[in-house]
Amino acid sequence: MDRKSLTAAGAVAGALAIGGGLLLARSSRDTGNDDDAPGRTARHGRFGDYAVVGKTVTISKPPRDRLFAFWRDFTNLPTIMENLDRVELLDGNRSRWTIKAPAGGTVTVETEIAQEKPGELIAWRSVEGSEIDTEGRVRFRDAPGDRGTEVELIVAYKPPFGRLGQGIAKLLQREPAIQARRDLRRFKMLMETGEIANSDRYLKIEEDA
Amino acid sequence: MRALCYHGKQDVRVDTVPDPDIVNPRDAIIQITSTAICGSDLHLYDGVIPGVLPGDVLGHEFMGKVVETGPHSTLKKGQRVVVPFTIACGSCFFCGKQQYSACDNSNPVDKQEMSETLYGTPMAGLFGYSHLTGGYSGGQAEYVRVPFSDVGPVVIEDDSLDDDQVLFLSDILPTGWMAAENAEIEDGDVVAVWGAGPVGLFSAQSALIMGAARVIVIDHYPHRLELAKGLGCEIINFRETNVREALLEMSGGRGPDAVIDAVGMEAHGFSIDNMMDVAKQKVGMGADRASALKQAILSVRKAGRLSIPGVYGGMTDKFPLGALMEKGITVKTGQTHVQKYTNKLLAMIADKKINTTFLISHRLPLEAAADGYANFKNHQDDYTKVVLKPGMEA
Repeated sequence: MDRKSLTAAGAVAGALAIGGGLLLARSSRDTGNDDDAPGRTARHGRFGDYAVVGKTVTISKPPRDRLFAFWRDFTNLPTIMENLDRVELLDGNRSRWTIKAPAGGTVTVETEIAQEKPGELIAWRSVEGSEIDTEGRVRFRDAPGDRGTEVELIVAYKPPFGRLGQGIAKLLQREPAIQARRDLRRFKMLMETGEIANSDRYLKIEEDA
Repeated sequence: MRALCYHGKQDVRVDTVPDPDIVNPRDAIIQITSTAICGSDLHLYDGVIPGVLPGDVLGHEFMGKVVETGPHSTLKKGQRVVVPFTIACGSCFFCGKQQYSACDNSNPVDKQEMSETLYGTPMAGLFGYSHLTGGYSGGQAEYVRVPFSDVGPVVIEDDSLDDDQVLFLSDILPTGWMAAENAEIEDGDVVAVWGAGPVGLFSAQSALIMGAARVIVIDHYPHRLELAKGLGCEIINFRETNVREALLEMSGGRGPDAVIDAVGMEAHGFSIDNMMDVAKQKVGMGADRASALKQAILSVRKAGRLSIPGVYGGMTDKFPLGALMEKGITVKTGQTHVQKYTNKLLAMIADKKINTTFLISHRLPLEAAADGYANFKNHQDDYTKVVLKPGMEA
């Protein structure tokens, strides 16, 4: 991809919100190659300064609307997202996400809902001035042949450098792909079975943070 | 509680460890009354399955009494249950198709990645069988935590059935049955079974029940071969006989219609490539020894069926892929979908249509488990099946 397009991708990402995640949409649909694979699976990154990770999982039950409803209440997300400490709902479409950082610290991101289609799609992005420049989108669509719902989670973020330091950069560069997969699988477990699998033999006493 | 813990290669010990708790709502805690050492435990014992850590409690064949239940368990305290070794949620796509050992939801997310890397997709959780399959504590212990206890455990209501009769519903009996089912046996078939261990013997018995005309069991331990004979099978001792030639002659020159590899990754054998595989396994290069499987593929008739209940963990080389393809062999394999078979097999046990106790050679207290492993490994002819009984007087 040439330089001009890279810049264009960066610009699109910066403006993400307006289109409800044009970059993310492209990550989902457009490979830029001649094949039909999602853009994020391309061997060469095409998203400028942004790192984009995305994973899909199929959930056999409950129905799509209930999966959507669980996710739409962002305060549910810490149950399935290991890196998320808590979410507080603010005015309007905004919420404050407290993300666990290495060495026991936390990072706070204020997000707003950029796009919402009931039962189908929720997109969010960090508001201007946040410590992390990020956006995410979760899409729910019927799986073929009555196999339930395909849930696709895509997260784009601009790896931050400077004052947040290497630790967070590492957290954000290396972990999201694994976290997205694990988060989706925990979501699936909780929805399908009512609990999240855990092989601990006994209850571990929570240590004070 | 006391529990058999892995310490290292061929080093297992009965230690005192913390008791299990109810961790998730669908859990139950079982007090173990009987638990067996499985042939596949020897793969763990020998260190050829990756992801076994010091302190892991082993054991995946067990039964006992319900002593505690989570809020979403359907079991009741005091019930006697046999627990399938495959942990299955009962509600995912695979459980819906009764493919319980492919359950999507029983292996914790962080443990799924190891098997995903090795196998391309993550595997289900199993009791006491490495962190690849969840790292769940096993049942060679006084107590065990059983997740999804509303799905797997088989309640034994008939007190006239003793532990020895029903214990093997946990693994080897359904495993043998599924192995025979996977061989798609037709009336009049000649079936060859490699390995006269518990799974091989149960496969052979199941094949006869399913209508095989002749079942030929291949091994080298005289006592184990005697057990096969006792079931009505014919036997071949591979130390005495050229197996492929014998199988051809015993099947009218056609080759067996179906073959079952109940040996798995630590096969014995004298061919050059098996010797190389032994060497590679010893230096940790991790190749599965597959001499029984290779022989089975060459022996089976054209367009025959190959069933593999024997456990393999990694890769193998010099695999007769050409024979597999050119002969048009149908292959079916996999960890057992135990929950699919337990009710049917329990009824067959109660009706005395299937014999489960002939295998048991030794009943030992849990405290003697380490000796049980060593003897099961080193004296396979005498030690055909070891059942551990926590609480039994030494």
